[in-house]
Amino acid sequence: MPGSDLAPPSGPTDSPRQDGPREGPHEGPVARWFNRRGWSDLITGIPFFWLFFFFLIPFVIVVAMSFATRSPTSPPFSFGLDGGLLDFRSYARLFSDQLYIRALGISLWMAALSTVLCLLIGYPMALALTRLSPSVRTIMLMLVILPFWTSFLLRVYAWMGLMGTNSWFNRGLTALYNMVVPADWALRSIQMMNTNFAVVVVMVYSYLPFMVLPLYANLERLDMTLNEAAEDLGSRPWQVFRDVTLPLSIPGIIAGGLLVFIPVSGELVVPGLVGNPSNPMIGRVISDEFASARDWPMAATVAVALLVLLVGPMMAYSHFENRAQTRREEAP
Amino acid sequence: MNRRPTFLLSCLMFGIAFLYVPILSMIVFSFNNARLATVWGGFSTKWYGKLFQNDQVLEAAFLSLRVALVSATVATILGTCAGIALARLRRFRGRTLLSGMVTAPLIMPDVITGISLLIFFILLGSWIGWPAERGFTTVALAHITISVTYVTTIIQSRLSQSDLSVEEAAMDLGSRPWQVLRDITLPIISPAILSGWLLAFTISLDEVVVTSFVTGPGTTTLPILIWSKVKLGVTPDINALATIIVAVVTVGVLIGWAILTRSDRRRRRDMRLAEQSNA
Repeated sequence: MPGSDLAPPSGPTDSPRQDGPREGPHEGPVARWFNRRGWSDLITGIPFFWLFFFFLIPFVIVVAMSFATRSPTSPPFSFGLDGGLLDFRSYARLFSDQLYIRALGISLWMAALSTVLCLLIGYPMALALTRLSPSVRTIMLMLVILPFWTSFLLRVYAWMGLMGTNSWFNRGLTALYNMVVPADWALRSIQMMNTNFAVVVVMVYSYLPFMVLPLYANLERLDMTLNEAAEDLGSRPWQVFRDVTLPLSIPGIIAGGLLVFIPVSGELVVPGLVGNPSNPMIGRVISDEFASARDWPMAATVAVALLVLLVGPMMAYSHFENRAQTRREEAP
Repeated sequence: MNRRPTFLLSCLMFGIAFLYVPILSMIVFSFNNARLATVWGGFSTKWYGKLFQNDQVLEAAFLSLRVALVSATVATILGTCAGIALARLRRFRGRTLLSGMVTAPLIMPDVITGISLLIFFILLGSWIGWPAERGFTTVALAHITISVTYVTTIIQSRLSQSDLSVEEAAMDLGSRPWQVLRDITLPIISPAILSGWLLAFTISLDEVVVTSFVTGPGTTTLPILIWSKVKLGVTPDINALATIIVAVVTVGVLIGWAILTRSDRRRRRDMRLAEQSNA
């Protein structure tokens, strides 16, 4: 911090406890200048300009790029080729070419399915965590968080090992399947790799902690006396859950759901490694348009389309986050 | 509650098994003697030996560590500033924009972040000649931009939980704002700064999608190397590499967690002592 060693005449460490009069500092002009405008401008300015430069400007460039014309130049785009400044041909292609609509549809469907499955698996887990004694709870919570710190790529890779046709997991599932179905339906192995099923399983696996943690944070704060009151008044356990716990945990469900839904819909790694290449999700389409087809305007257009579809969920997320934040700040 | 919630507990156990079975299976098969990665053929540690002779892997790991050190440190400085600004400064110009720019990357799909940064770097390179080529610098810049969001969120929520009155008291006693910052605010958030740094460090070590866009020839981070190998299928040497990474991360997280828990406990004890001496 500039000026910090110039300012206090009374020594740097004991200044907060000085018993001077209350009307502000009277030290040197440097300290006064620094005090008046420097420090708050400094701590807001640095991150502001960083994000402005490396987040906002690139984002605005992508939006502008979606109205550019593809051209054989380098970089491969130009503005205002045919007289008009904006070129809507990429948007026209977005709606006329089945590829894009289909990929968007598949992505949103997979994201919705993964979110619901994460909720069905994650909700009981989060609720169980709140019922444990503090010491066991810490260990269990740690077990849930630990995979979240482990490499995402390696967690996807671990499933590739399980789903291959020769793996113990696949052979075990095949044996189970063959026991259930009639003999002439029997299979040698189940085709799991390169299917939409594999994508959903691995998505649920990878994003499960994102569902459990916000749900747990929400359920942990609920007032257990409400449950006891409902029980005293004669509610069965599942009635208590339906009428008390579930309605109160809706903010947690929304936060967890959005933390799963939004990243899954744009996911590139999971469908790339275990998905069906002929059913590309939207992340793959964007990256192919950009890198293989070198059609930057089209890639930008698909990106903008995905963002437009996600903008509702994103606004909802930041709305609920802000509300939770103010509630935390107002809490005594 | 006096009843044992058996159903809930079995759900929790099932969920934890779901989280760990694939990883444990991968660890077991890293000690597989057979060349086929998924059929057991006896115990062996030969894949670990091969790994340590592989210069490509070691170079990539070293590069990833350097990128992570740089980007975690810068992201922590930026995120701490932004977190203090958003939690402690009530009104300043651009507050809405700053808080928007802090939240937005958190929920931006990686592909879009990657493409927008790549286009930005290419255009910037052709306009002002910098960055001339993509590599260490562009990867670090991208990682910093992604991680700032997470660090800011951690710092901001820590500050909004802590009591403003100490800072106000210091202000009333004549401290200047930056003295309050140095002597009170920063010590309060130092555990949050540590956990923010750790999170930024692991995000950088793990990041693959954005990196694959903004990296250049000769700058292969470990996740990029693993991704290019994994696309070709499951092999025993990647199982071994994955096992080492999982082990290192687990130990690191447990150490970080122990440090944070201890500092938290000490802080609580100090507060209790302070209250007792007041009474």
